[in-house]
Amino acid sequence: MDRTVDARDTFCPGPLMELIRAVKEGEVGEVIAVWSKDAGSQRDIPLWIEKAGHELLAVNEKEEYNEFVIKKLR
Amino acid sequence: MQNVVVLGGGVGGSVVANHLAKKSRRGDCKITVVDEDGKHVYQPGFLYVTLGKQNPAKLMRDERTLLKRRVDMVTSRAERIDAGERTVHLAGGKKLDYDYLVIATGSTLHPEQVPGFEGAHHFYSLEGSIGLRNALMKFNGGDVVIAVGGVPYKCPPAPAESACLLDYYFTKRGIRDKVNLKFLSPLGRVFPLESLDPLVTEVFKQKNVETTIFFNIESIDPKSKKVESLEGETVSYDLLIAIPPHSGADVVIDSGLGDRGGWIPTDRHSLLAKGHGDIYVVGDATDIPISKAGATAHYEGLVVGDNIAARLKGQSPPDNYDGKVTCFCDAGFHKGIMMTFDYENPPVPPPLNRRHYLGKMMINRLYWMLIPKARV
Ligand SMILES: Cc1cc2nc3c(=O)[nH]c(=O)nc-3n(C[C@H](O)[C@H](O)[C@H](O)COP(=O)(O)OP(=O)(O)OC[C@H]3O[C@@H](n4cnc5c(N)ncnc54)[C@H](O)[C@@H]3O)c2cc1C
Repeated sequence: MDRTVDARDTFCPGPLMELIRAVKEGEVGEVIAVWSKDAGSQRDIPLWIEKAGHELLAVNEKEEYNEFVIKKLR
Repeated sequence: MQNVVVLGGGVGGSVVANHLAKKSRRGDCKITVVDEDGKHVYQPGFLYVTLGKQNPAKLMRDERTLLKRRVDMVTSRAERIDAGERTVHLAGGKKLDYDYLVIATGSTLHPEQVPGFEGAHHFYSLEGSIGLRNALMKFNGGDVVIAVGGVPYKCPPAPAESACLLDYYFTKRGIRDKVNLKFLSPLGRVFPLESLDPLVTEVFKQKNVETTIFFNIESIDPKSKKVESLEGETVSYDLLIAIPPHSGADVVIDSGLGDRGGWIPTDRHSLLAKGHGDIYVVGDATDIPISKAGATAHYEGLVVGDNIAARLKGQSPPDNYDGKVTCFCDAGFHKGIMMTFDYENPPVPPPLNRRHYLGKMMINRLYWMLIPKARV
């Protein structure tokens, strides 16, 4: 993991914006993890990753949150 | 006597300095606010400048007039923080030593980071808002596109608010039927707050605002009047309103205190810069993933003021920041929405009503008297 973004307990602007920020700032090939409690992330994060052309490596269900692991591809 | 130095005389810096002055005795500490130009700007007023409803000069005051008399004010640019030496280096070679430092340097706009940004207007600075106002006055019809040029950006609901206000503005001018309002959201929904998204989606439908989701600006082509997203879509415009990319302040970056975006890694409860027991961070400058907003800076500033006051007396810091944010949005036609939430409690979808519109208007009026002076 090159970077972990803890976006739990944030309602505005929320975990997807933190992910977009991390991907924009990162280098191609970097692996980024985002932690989210937001129910909407289950839908939003995979959709955005697909649309923006990156790779979703894993969604790990933890006790109180989900960890999305992403690889920046371009 | 201990030295407390506050960098930045905006919302957060003013609240910390004035609240600490109230909570500590003169002999306990010397409080110094350092601000680059000595001016305090009320940024929520920019939206009303664009509509021609706000005199720009009234959004700016001398910071000195907002600070308690015992607070010292230095008008100078802080160039570098030496955390080891506990010193701030100012432009021109002057130095300030501190026992406690508060960083409240806000965010910096970077339109140059988006290729072709000169083809866009924005309302994130006073000059930008005046430019947009002039462009809107000359605009008589076509596609008006609102989009986001970089995340994170302050006041996440502001782009949606501007769409609602432009609907009102063009209706009042009698040309709404000639204007196509297009809203390009950087997220997977139109409004950043999930629980409010259905309400705002409905409002946009009623107002005939066309929406596209997952659109983060990659570049602008001012010649062909097209904007392209990093997700690979292209939209054409006649008038483009784009939120410029933001970063933390240069002094943070140049002092090696920021992350890749120049935001300072900050403990979300104590508001101490991570790894530093004597540096507090408030407002936009933190890396805490919550709204970069004046309300956030205000509540954080009260916590930091209390904690420094206690530590000066040898007591343990009494307060934890709980993530509280309150914001008012103007939805046009004299209706508004108010939202309150914190780390634990998501916002409850509020009604759209006149009372919350009046709440926003009241803050616009009473801001100078209440907030920077830390009276509430
Ligand atoms: C269009 C718009 C609408 C908004 N609407 C709302 C709203 O409705 N509600 C809300 O809560 N928030 C709103 N905001 C956001 C709000 O204005 C900011 O989040 C808030 O001002 C942040 O406060 P701050 O103290 O962190 O920074 P600021 O208030 O920006 O102050 C930072 C200060 O630091 C100074 N500074 C920077 N670098 C240096 C340096 N090196 N040396 C010395 N001084 C320095 C600057 O000159 C400035 O005075 C809005 C913002 C915009 C642009």
